[in-house]
Amino acid sequence: MRHVYTWGGILIVVIFSVIGDILMARAMKQVGDVHEWFRRSGLWTVVGRTLSNPNFFLGVSAMAVAFFSLLFSLSWGDVSLVAPAAASLTFIGNAFAAKIFLHEKVDRRRWIAAILVAGGVALLAG
Amino acid sequence: MTFRKYLVLAGVTVFAAAGDSMLSHGMKQAGNVSLHHLQNLFLAVTNPWVAFGILLLLAFFASYMNALSWADLTYVLPATSLGYVLLALVAKFALHEQVSPLRWLGIALISGGVSFVAGGPALTSHHQEPAKNILADSPRPSAASANTAHAVSIGVKR
Repeated sequence: MRHVYTWGGILIVVIFSVIGDILMARAMKQVGDVHEWFRRSGLWTVVGRTLSNPNFFLGVSAMAVAFFSLLFSLSWGDVSLVAPAAASLTFIGNAFAAKIFLHEKVDRRRWIAAILVAGGVALLAG
Repeated sequence: MTFRKYLVLAGVTVFAAAGDSMLSHGMKQAGNVSLHHLQNLFLAVTNPWVAFGILLLLAFFASYMNALSWADLTYVLPATSLGYVLLALVAKFALHEQVSPLRWLGIALISGGVSFVAGGPALTSHHQEPAKNILADSPRPSAASANTAHAVSIGVKR
């Protein structure tokens, strides 16, 4: 029963992390290069443009859900399983989702990077 | 890529690593959180380690969003993962913890992955952004239109 809780928790963390990352990336692309905005019209324009973007709030909400489900999962399962599994599966999930939803050109170079990083994170956090 | 942008990526890495380690230290002191004892979750926030960890994670969040405004998600994420390497190195050289061969392998894999991505362009997707200062990073439309604009302005002057 404990395993079901643990892996269910990991899955929820991964799903909401990916949703949060994708929405946040989309929001900030809609906001535009913040260095450029900062230079042209100052900090408050950057803050205002970011806070008035609906995707930003959806993304933050998804990340908050991911964060709290991580806290729960960490108290249910071992850190040495939950942390690396959630982190490395999020990398793979994000590579897929960025290609589909953000139309990023995830070429062979980036696939190799995503897999290497996911493997490395799994080893390191385990 | 300007120096300031590398600084932002460094911020993403360092703040994430420092924030996570403080949060994990604090949560170990705060104890278990379960559905039946939800109030423990809110009590945990009053732990100074947890509070400072959250503060650092906010700093991480700001730099992360900054980076996402001018780079792909699949470019920024591997950069963030360097934080794990940083944590392992801190554990080894500052805290004198034992770092197993398996973890060194993990460090090598992450570093390899990051170097793969770092060699490529930061931005490949194109959206409706104010394409002014991204010429350096995105090869196609903005650079081409900027060159055209430049040529036109020269033409007008003559």
